[in-house]
Amino acid sequence: MASEQRLIVMAGTDERDLTRLAEYEAIDGYSALQKARGMTPQAVIDDVIASELRGRGGAFFPTGRKWSFVPKPEQNPNPHYVVVNADESEPGSFKDNEIMSRVPHRFLEGCLIAAHAIESKNVFVYIRGEYTGPYEILLAALKELEGRPDLRGDVTIVLHRGAGAYICGEETALLESLEGKRGQPRTKPPFPAGQGLYASPTVVNNVETLATLPPIIEMGGAEYAKLGVPDSRGTRVVSISGHVERPGNYEIENGTSLRELIYDLGGGIPGGRDLKAVIPGGSSTVILKGDEIDVGYDFNSLLKLNTAMGSAGVVALDDRCCMVQLGIRISEFYEHESCGKCTPCREGTRWMTQILRRLESGEALQSELDLLLDVCDRINGKCLCPLGETAAVAVASYVEKFRGEFSAHVEQGGCPFGDASPLHDVLAPVAMGGHLPSAVPV
Amino acid sequence: MSTYYEEVQEIKAQYPDGRSAALPALRLAQEKHGYLSPEALRECADALGTTPALCEAVASFYDMLHLAPTGRHIVEVCTNVSCALVGAQQVLESFEQELGIRAGETTDDGEVTLRPIECLGGCGWATVVSIDHHYRTHVKPADVPAIVQELRSGE
Ligand SMILES: Cc1cc2nc3c(=O)[nH]c(=O)nc-3n(C[C@H](O)[C@H](O)[C@H](O)COP(=O)(O)O)c2cc1C
Ligand code: SF4
Repeated sequence: MASEQRLIVMAGTDERDLTRLAEYEAIDGYSALQKARGMTPQAVIDDVIASELRGRGGAFFPTGRKWSFVPKPEQNPNPHYVVVNADESEPGSFKDNEIMSRVPHRFLEGCLIAAHAIESKNVFVYIRGEYTGPYEILLAALKELEGRPDLRGDVTIVLHRGAGAYICGEETALLESLEGKRGQPRTKPPFPAGQGLYASPTVVNNVETLATLPPIIEMGGAEYAKLGVPDSRGTRVVSISGHVERPGNYEIENGTSLRELIYDLGGGIPGGRDLKAVIPGGSSTVILKGDEIDVGYDFNSLLKLNTAMGSAGVVALDDRCCMVQLGIRISEFYEHESCGKCTPCREGTRWMTQILRRLESGEALQSELDLLLDVCDRINGKCLCPLGETAAVAVASYVEKFRGEFSAHVEQGGCPFGDASPLHDVLAPVAMGGHLPSAVPV
Repeated sequence: MSTYYEEVQEIKAQYPDGRSAALPALRLAQEKHGYLSPEALRECADALGTTPALCEAVASFYDMLHLAPTGRHIVEVCTNVSCALVGAQQVLESFEQELGIRAGETTDDGEVTLRPIECLGGCGWATVVSIDHHYRTHVKPADVPAIVQELRSGE
């Protein structure tokens, strides 16, 4: 497969400013919506099932199937809701930021198509509070839509801004937050399809999932399913960051090799350095060693290496990086973002950080490596939502794949890399004892 | 200009259940009062038709809502992995030096609060710094003096 971009979601952005409605309409924008509205809701669902589209938020659940679980209005007369997950906060991912900023109308068109499919009149876009830029662009795009009842129909779209909490990206925490509460995950079942927002039928979809709908409807599901590889159809907007020459978002056909992503699109490692490791799908995914990148960027190929595309955030780390320091920073992130509901997640992530810090400073005994893995194991499978679990699995993978380096910290009584590693002594919010800024001196 | 109370009523009307207006109402109260002081929480609770305790419970969950005073400006440097890999810690330290405070502190004149923050979702444009919730991308330590100058000159 060629190491080229394949623009489906981002189509047209190389030539036009698609933030403007007129420009978007000039390339037949909103014609997929008209086409969808000429179809029955069930026919739209069937076409999306045929496209084999799977969610781009992280869990990779088949989109059409998810929609088919939503009861019909005759079965459940409560209002039906489309809720957009625009909370993008996974370290390594910044694709939804760019999608909303550059193709806001394609995204909104996708929202309206989803609303037609599940017979909903209300769309809520839960956008992370820090995203002022994308929020303003979406707001302007919505203003343009307001003047166009022919496009908007009788559907209202409300932009709802979050207030800074990674966990609100988990769909049930997001719904709690959207209901005005603390963003703590709910137990499932019930699933949002049956009882979501205000206990009513709800579909929660990621920004990119929705922005993929207009091209799917336009070309037909079967045609879209010809792109990509089995079980991972179509394209994916991949965020590439860290130690690469050309970091950025690249839309590729699923199945493109990870090596091409890093070395061709990403331009390789700066300074001619060696690639040490790659986080393939955002901080929650199992790490790959530098020599494990001859793998297709798709669900099945990555599964063979026990990892996943997750939220498609590829982070490259060069040979200067210390894996214990990486562990500390990632563990601190999850410690900070744990909602606190489950003890294994709340306390376990804190213990993980403590052991990793002891390793880094040279105080740890060799047995603490197994203690660390044991803590990870005791978080795993004992939490309400995947946050605790992914933290444990990701950090355990650093130990397992770089065990020699972890041991060396014990043997040498400290870090072999020290401040030559760019991750040395990075100050995380949690290290400041919480997230509240200190008071102004009086 | 409508009052805070009226604005919150308008926001509530956008939702099938007015409780959903909690986050926007807290954000507005914070903008008005500088931080979520006891009066701010009371005013928010009145407008939402709930209690200050509930407002405080909700607010304490979220990183962008402040129950203690902050500086008039807030500078947040992403120190998560992708930014750290290309030098976010050095950017944070440059701000410390230029502002004469440690991360987590506020300048004596109450103007600027500095803090590290978790991933801002701009990993490919590292280092990302959020200044009063507007992103600056590709920030290098050498850019810091000019940014601080801008803040100090009250823009
Ligand atoms: C801790 C955690 C954080 C998540 N963050 C996000 C997020 O920021 N954006 C997102 O779309 N999905 C996120 N998800 C996945 C959502 O729960 C959900 O699967 C997704 O929004 C469904 O949309 P999709 O099927 O279109 O992917 C997160 C999940 C977990 C467990
Ligand atoms: S696993 Fe962690 S984040 Fe998820 S519900 Fe439990 S405590 Fe909260």
